[in-house]
Amino acid sequence: MRFERRESTSALLSVLAPLGALAASFIISAGIIAWSGANPISAYRHIFLGAFGTRFAMTETLTRTVPLILTGLAVTVAFRARLWNIGAEGQLYAGAVLAVVLGSGTLAWPAYLLVPFLFLTGAIAGALCLLGPTLLKTRLGVDEVVTTLLLNFVILLAVSALLDGPLKDPSAMGWPQSYPVLDELRLPLLMRASRLHVGIVLALALVVAVWFIVNKTIWGYEIRAVGANPIGARFAGLPIGGAMVRVALLSGGLAGIAGVTEVLGPKGDLTIDLSPGYGYSGIVVAMLAVLHPLGVPPAALFVAAMFVGADAMSRALAVPSYIAEVITSIALLTMLVAVMLARYRIRRS
Amino acid sequence: MGTAEQSGVSQVVLRIADISKSFGNLRANDRISFDLKEGEVLALLGENGAGKTTLMNILFGHYVADAGLVEAFGKPLKAGSPRAAINAGIGMVHQHFALADNLSVVENVVVGTDSLWSPYLDRAAARARLEAVATQSGLTVDPRSRVGDLTVGERQRVEILKALYRGARVLILDEPTAVLTPQEIDQLFQTIRDLVAGGMSVIFISHKLKEVLRISDRVIVLRSGRVVFEAPTAGTNATELAQQMVGRELPALRSELVVPGPAVLRFSHVSVRSKLGQRQLDDVDLIVHRNQIVGVVGVSGNGQNVLFNVVAGLTAPQSGEVRLGETTINGLSPIAIVGSGVGRIPEDRHAEGLIVDMLIWENAISESYRSSEFQKAGVIRGGNARNFASGLIREFDIRCPSPNVPTRVLSGGNLQKLVIGRILSREPQLIIANQPTRGLDVGAVSFVHEKLIKAKERGAGVLLISEDLDELLALSDTLVVMYDGALSEPIPRDRASVQTLGLMMMGQGWDTAHAV
Repeated sequence: MRFERRESTSALLSVLAPLGALAASFIISAGIIAWSGANPISAYRHIFLGAFGTRFAMTETLTRTVPLILTGLAVTVAFRARLWNIGAEGQLYAGAVLAVVLGSGTLAWPAYLLVPFLFLTGAIAGALCLLGPTLLKTRLGVDEVVTTLLLNFVILLAVSALLDGPLKDPSAMGWPQSYPVLDELRLPLLMRASRLHVGIVLALALVVAVWFIVNKTIWGYEIRAVGANPIGARFAGLPIGGAMVRVALLSGGLAGIAGVTEVLGPKGDLTIDLSPGYGYSGIVVAMLAVLHPLGVPPAALFVAAMFVGADAMSRALAVPSYIAEVITSIALLTMLVAVMLARYRIRRS
Repeated sequence: MGTAEQSGVSQVVLRIADISKSFGNLRANDRISFDLKEGEVLALLGENGAGKTTLMNILFGHYVADAGLVEAFGKPLKAGSPRAAINAGIGMVHQHFALADNLSVVENVVVGTDSLWSPYLDRAAARARLEAVATQSGLTVDPRSRVGDLTVGERQRVEILKALYRGARVLILDEPTAVLTPQEIDQLFQTIRDLVAGGMSVIFISHKLKEVLRISDRVIVLRSGRVVFEAPTAGTNATELAQQMVGRELPALRSELVVPGPAVLRFSHVSVRSKLGQRQLDDVDLIVHRNQIVGVVGVSGNGQNVLFNVVAGLTAPQSGEVRLGETTINGLSPIAIVGSGVGRIPEDRHAEGLIVDMLIWENAISESYRSSEFQKAGVIRGGNARNFASGLIREFDIRCPSPNVPTRVLSGGNLQKLVIGRILSREPQLIIANQPTRGLDVGAVSFVHEKLIKAKERGAGVLLISEDLDELLALSDTLVVMYDGALSEPIPRDRASVQTLGLMMMGQGWDTAHAV
């Protein structure tokens, strides 16, 4: 068996390949579920019902989708320019910290001014967290995988220190929990008796905006060119340093906005478990979306559904909910294979 | 290694029988058959895309043929296994060397030869064996030197030694002269003759008719995947072979001498040092006039790329002045330099000239995407860009399905047409071309030459950097030789000869050259 590159990939194939990959990941995971003693069909049924079966389940899944869209988008933009941003988690917390610092009564502005301002400052905080590693990369050649990854721990420990220190809410009965943000700053709910907030509209609007920037503007042109061939981009005279800085600001900013939405949306305050790894899951989302901005929402929905649904399945069938992580990991692998198969054809020897 | 039972020179060592191979709708190899005899140099001629590389990849096990058979020394060769090809005594020297610069010669030779599972490398034994092979074949390279320190000719010898070390009795040389000086080519040909006298059989792949006529015993011409011509070398000539390769007659191109116009590019005392302080351009003076092609002769690595980069806006000289017309362009950005009328054809169209993962229209505007023609308020005017690309495709005969496909689908010649179309459409006053025909087939080479000559006649100055002396002598009005970062005095074409240029490329005879 050998692989040969296709001259071009048809549109049908580029849609079918990811769907095939998902199907393959379910089939492979079925073996693992069966091995842990449950019926795979009923496990998948419970996952599906747990994620979409009731109005509440559906809104919970969508609520989880919001930060995943934003971090997935952040990673997509960065990876497109081959800026390996592993630090979305830290950037998310940076945005969240500023949201509680400025939104818990420090600034007595009207909500219609303060909420946009909090998003702006959160985006700037996230952006600055990525700007440093990016400048170190472009100026000194320091590997950004290392710096962004390690910065996550620095930021998380700093947040932890803040939550036990200046930001600690004395009425939280000793829990490391921040002052809550003012009620009037909380994002409006889209549906009653749910946690689904307008953040999802914002996230989807940002998807379209990022798609437009990446595909239709000269900034996006530069980002894609630098990612596809830095030497060729330099030869053509593209401002590589400038393009990288813009990518960093956009990517870090999106991750910072994810932190603000979580604080102003479902949470209302900051704890050290604000994000169950949304920053890292953003990498999975971006890869499942094949680094295409419009692929990010469905990929984020899939990952969110897996995690919400797996909890329900775990309660019903006593299969550990870790199975959700197994399924998404396998989906990631099958997606990478599918992308390759869409580009190459298999030949028998 | 068991050649004792063979006698005479007519023994068939390699038989290729009815090899066919398709990629999609393209028949890269169509029922190709031929024999290679012991002690023979068989030249395989053909344009790019004629199927030479595919055939050699099948032979060496990188591809599997759809149909047909390869026999080495009377035994069928297992398909799809480079290891089987090596064990059967087939050695291949690729056009682009597969050597690690940071390893020594002996390490490079044993990589991939000795088992990965052996606990340690017996360097002394390997070196002794390599030295024995080297003495026997007359290929002298110090086994302990680092490959990064060797000249191109020496690296090629290492590649050949690697094949010999592995016991090759059939040697495939893919475009072996592309990177060599005339003197190094002579040396390579002597090596080939010595090896053949010792019973080696050689397949020599080349575009260069003169070399094929010099070294080979027999010629096979491939065109569109088929064997279209086969003859003993003694019974054919360059004209016939060229016609067979392209399937039509080629116009004989020679750049007419035109009265040169005013100076368009002027270097005064330009010097460049690398970050480590090495001298890369040494007090270079150079003038290119309008209506003039100035050819830069030299072995690669003597500063040509730095010279190119200075004009292209990628390297700023530390001292001296570079002027384009009346304006100083030292240290201007590539965009500013392109904007002031310089057309740049880089050496590597894959890595520098184009971004092959982007679409054809996106590459067509890569040097001008910020002009108001192609963007408005930061948004790309896709319609304009696609129309512009379609115009280039028509005007420069770029073979592609549409401007909306990834650039990587283009063949080498069409990639170069896209680069050249992109720059010529702006009617530059100066064109700087670095190896613009390297790796192109005869048809594409004559296309490039024709365009450069037309640009010169239109009034552009052309600075042509090449390692192909024939090309430089055919196109240039004036030649300068580059050696170790320095440029010679200009030599008018009618006073230049291959012999003097060849010596000057090696750093000799600089004082006498312009006194001839």
